[in-house]
Amino acid sequence: MTILYFAWLRERTKTAEETIDLPDGVTDVAGLIDWLKSRGPNYEEAFKEMKAVRVAVNQEHMPLTATIEDGDEVAFFPPVTGG
Amino acid sequence: MIRIQRENFDAGAELKAMTEGRTDIGAVVSFVGLVRDLAGGVNLSSMTLEHYPGMAERQAQEIEDEARRRWPVQDCLIVHRYGTLNPGDQIVLVLVASAHRGAAFEAAEFLIDWLKTKAPFWKREATNEGDLWVAAKEDDDKAADRWAKKG
Repeated sequence: MTILYFAWLRERTKTAEETIDLPDGVTDVAGLIDWLKSRGPNYEEAFKEMKAVRVAVNQEHMPLTATIEDGDEVAFFPPVTGG
Repeated sequence: MIRIQRENFDAGAELKAMTEGRTDIGAVVSFVGLVRDLAGGVNLSSMTLEHYPGMAERQAQEIEDEARRRWPVQDCLIVHRYGTLNPGDQIVLVLVASAHRGAAFEAAEFLIDWLKTKAPFWKREATNEGDLWVAAKEDDDKAADRWAKKG
């Protein structure tokens, strides 16, 4: 699956995009975040303030409870501020 | 129609292109968002807009589709820029054409309210006190919530 990070989530994870195999036992976005946080302090820092993290799965806004599968495009970003 | 682009736009030319040769349009409402030189009381030197390519176009299109379901919109154009912009630069254009002004005003307001809270763009402001990602505003959420369907 592809994971994208934008704005300060990109800065804190020091990653704009990465491709991973869906980890064993991960079935939803919340599970993916727990797994990402275990990868190192950059990720732990990025996902510390979950109130300020928004999620898209396959380019649609989704809650943390959204189920995910291999091949999905998951994106993490702060609340949007365009317009 | 949706255009997400780095380049500037000409609102007058877009309005002309939308209405030229048509006699069924009674009203066009336009909204242009600009970069101000003050950000929370601090002087702003520039602003950089980051976006999520693909999702930005898709979300804007869904918002346009929703406006067309709710109002008798004859034509609609959304142009949203990304990249680094300076005070006075244009950020976003919304044009809505309808037979009557009521629908055109409401649809234009709806479009910009939902763009602000749903389209994946993020502003980073460069000021004389440093660089900061802009935080989402509660007022923008309230403005967008006005259009939530009751039910």
